[in-house]
Amino acid sequence: MAKNQVYTKSYHPYHSPDDPCPDPGEKHYSTPPHLYMGFQPEKLPQFSPKEALQKGTLWPALYDPYEKNQKLKG
Amino acid sequence: MWVYEKKLQYPVKVSSCNPQLAKFLVEQYGGADGELAAALRYLNQRYTIPDKVVGLLNDIGTEEFAHLEMIAAMIYKLTKDATPDQLKQAGLADHYVNHGEALFYSNAAEVPFTATYIQAKGDPIADLYEDIAAEEKARATYQWIIDMSDDVDLNDSLRFLREREIVHSQRFREAVEILKEERDRKKVF
Repeated sequence: MAKNQVYTKSYHPYHSPDDPCPDPGEKHYSTPPHLYMGFQPEKLPQFSPKEALQKGTLWPALYDPYEKNQKLKG
Repeated sequence: MWVYEKKLQYPVKVSSCNPQLAKFLVEQYGGADGELAAALRYLNQRYTIPDKVVGLLNDIGTEEFAHLEMIAAMIYKLTKDATPDQLKQAGLADHYVNHGEALFYSNAAEVPFTATYIQAKGDPIADLYEDIAAEEKARATYQWIIDMSDDVDLNDSLRFLREREIVHSQRFREAVEILKEERDRKKVF
């Protein structure tokens, strides 16, 4: 997967013409990479120790930086 | 037994004087999917799970206490210099009346922590599935707190904690796979 990829899916809930608020459009939800991994394969690339301590994981394949309001922006 | 390191797992820095963020963060302190619930849940389940995954529960349960300590540091930094009036503005009047400046194990709505937040079913698969769900719920809680917070430094620490939930969930999923793999193996007792 591409670096810095944002792991989200989206859907568009029904918006009635009678609904009082404007249609916010797409709703987004997080689907982080571990959902697709199964058993972690051996010998995956690693971050440097310093980078890993900063990011919270040693594994680029498990890295999913969440951005503020990612849910709304996607 | 534990060995204590007198430092946080990840630095905690708070850049804005915003006690309201403390009110949100309490959810991860003493809420249903918070770090206290996680630590107690995993460490307690260690005794009745196959040997192969006891170490995992031990390690993750221990790390949850390190996360609890980070959350505590955040809440403390956000509230320690606030006046009672500022706490009132932040929606923390009820907390102040009951606890003063002390931290307490409750959720964001001031509901005190309860052991009913956690479960120990004694069935390895049921327990690990609960653990996976707990990690995903904690991950979501961090997302919603980040959404509510404009504090860049605080969000940096919260992003670290959210990433740890992802890694923990992955390891619990692998633990389920380890326990499942026996299916095609002849097991003679």
